[in-house]
Amino acid sequence: MGQSNMKEIAIVAYQQSDCVSDAGAANEVELIIPVLGKVFEQVGITNAQDVDFVCSGSCDYLQGAAFAFVMGVDALGAVPPIKESHVEMDAAWALYESMLKIRMGHAESALIYGFGKSSPGELPNVLSQQLDPYYLAPLWVDTISLAAMQARLMLDQGLITERDMAEVVARSRRNAQGNPHAQLGGDVSAEDVLAQQTYVSPLRKADICPVSDGASAVVIATVEKAREWGVPYAVISGIDHCIETHNLGVRDLTDSISTRRAAANAGVGDGRVDVAELYAPFSHQEIILSRALELGEDTRVNPSGGVLAGNLMMASGLSRIGEVFNRIVAGEAQRGVAHATSGPCLQHNLVTVLEKGETA
Amino acid sequence: MSDENNVGEDNETVTGIEAPIYLKYNFTAGAAASRFLTRIKEGVLTGQRCPRCSQVYIPPRGSCAACGVPTEEEVELADKATVESFTIVSIPIPGNPIEPPFVVANLVPDGANISVIHLLSECDNAEVHIGQRVQAVWKPQEEWGYALDNIRYFKPLDEPDVPVERIGKLPVTGLEG
Amino acid sequence: MSQPDVLHQAFELGFTYTRSTGPVVGRFLTELKKRNIVGIKASDGRVIVPPMEYDPDTAEELGEFVEVGQQGEIVSFAWVREPRAAHPFDRPFAWAMIKLDGADVPMVHCVAAEAESDVATGARVQAVWADEPRGFITDIRCFELV
Ligand SMILES: [Zn+2]
Repeated sequence: MGQSNMKEIAIVAYQQSDCVSDAGAANEVELIIPVLGKVFEQVGITNAQDVDFVCSGSCDYLQGAAFAFVMGVDALGAVPPIKESHVEMDAAWALYESMLKIRMGHAESALIYGFGKSSPGELPNVLSQQLDPYYLAPLWVDTISLAAMQARLMLDQGLITERDMAEVVARSRRNAQGNPHAQLGGDVSAEDVLAQQTYVSPLRKADICPVSDGASAVVIATVEKAREWGVPYAVISGIDHCIETHNLGVRDLTDSISTRRAAANAGVGDGRVDVAELYAPFSHQEIILSRALELGEDTRVNPSGGVLAGNLMMASGLSRIGEVFNRIVAGEAQRGVAHATSGPCLQHNLVTVLEKGETA
Repeated sequence: MSDENNVGEDNETVTGIEAPIYLKYNFTAGAAASRFLTRIKEGVLTGQRCPRCSQVYIPPRGSCAACGVPTEEEVELADKATVESFTIVSIPIPGNPIEPPFVVANLVPDGANISVIHLLSECDNAEVHIGQRVQAVWKPQEEWGYALDNIRYFKPLDEPDVPVERIGKLPVTGLEG
Repeated sequence: MSQPDVLHQAFELGFTYTRSTGPVVGRFLTELKKRNIVGIKASDGRVIVPPMEYDPDTAEELGEFVEVGQQGEIVSFAWVREPRAAHPFDRPFAWAMIKLDGADVPMVHCVAAEAESDVATGARVQAVWADEPRGFITDIRCFELV
């Protein structure tokens, strides 16, 4: 998305729930409402009446409840009626839609939230049904197995080693120790990971993100509005997304050309990248993404632990943007990249560049 | 459906597939609904009051949809209610054992501000009307479970009608009875 | 207010849809019924199996079917140690990307094997047919090592 003659848009708030393996006690609204309460507090507003637009991301198949996202509106305070929309995708795409709304001049601010309750179903099976309905879904080939084949392609071609994958896991676990919302954190070495037996070979359980329940929320606004609110912000200097064909056989699974293209359009290479939060549900995919984004030694990758430490389906992509925002407003980074993904083997990728805003 | 329906006129070319998908889930009711269902198993209707606008919701979902804030205060409700709206169902509904014609109504329990849907019976269908006072007819206690159908249906009460503009508004009439 | 037990209920959700195949998928499934496997020629001449309706690069409509072999080579695979109930086997097996002879693009299907060590990238496999093919992807019951 180009910048000329357009109002700059900034992230002004981000909150995420804990990633838990089973939020059995909470329904959709009960998952969302504490996170929204905190994000409103962070901006100093009361409820969704105080923003111009609301967009959420969720997928009813996760918990097997049709139109569950409609229930989510109970968390917003939608009396009198509000402008609201929903994507059956990760909420990072809800943020993209919200930016378009602001760019078109229809809003100055937006609340974006994503939530996922994956524990009620068997997630890899549920996700298998997003595949080609004639050739793949009837086989029930699950997403872990598809990722395992992707990893083997890389291993066979010498593009990665199992140790490289284990190092990704070890760093994720280590970084997650500093993230109070993470599900899996700890002092785990690459040797510890390599000592595990394979689960869906060549993947070990540690190479695979856990199944998590939870929610996250972000508020975005024009820079003018952010200053009016008097809150710290990070400017969204670029955003783009690209998708590849559904036919896995045709794709080069060892690379992510859609990420490369989105990164070029979002201007990732136009400056230093201090921090990157990558939505890599499998360890080898973090390596694919780091290469596709051409990240160097001076970029901190997934300081939150990333999704290997806790994966909120339909919210993790939004959380990646929020985590980069956190690093920037904390003064730990000037410029960062957030990535979100959807579909098997990194089929669809969204890249966002955030930069420290000028102080008012 | 037989295979014949999925082939073309030459009786050979495949034109369609049957691809049924079955997914298994373990549904959890959530904290507010679990509380509501636990109490109805004890024969008590409950709602939750919004801390901001004081509206009482039944069944409670843990939030005030109007204010967007969590609701925690539990409110016991009477099993008397007022008809807010209703319809007379004249066609059989697949899987529903009740024989038509029968009355389905939006009922606002005394003490609550919104309606729940339930059946009206022991009444002349032609005389059911908005504002009518009704009371729950419970199943025998030994049949109570975690379900709203512990109440078999509501039946008319010999009480004055509630004016339309007061239905679902505080203060609620009839609670003392 | 005391916290109640969390109430839960197992249930099965069925999406009992029939799907129209269209001419390209329909042709592939019709051939499966006859125990043949066909692909389609992409704009650049590559043979894609199973066939796609449109070229993934140019979006051109495709229509030139090509019969391919029932044997092929494993391009990559995943060894499933603990099969899920939904999986086609109740014992360990492999998912594989299989490039059939005469095809340029691998297809995903399952491979029956005794042990992980029997399966390898580059290994030759052969389609095993269902007893009564009916025009469905599982007419190829699985592949087995040659
Ligand atoms: Zn309220």
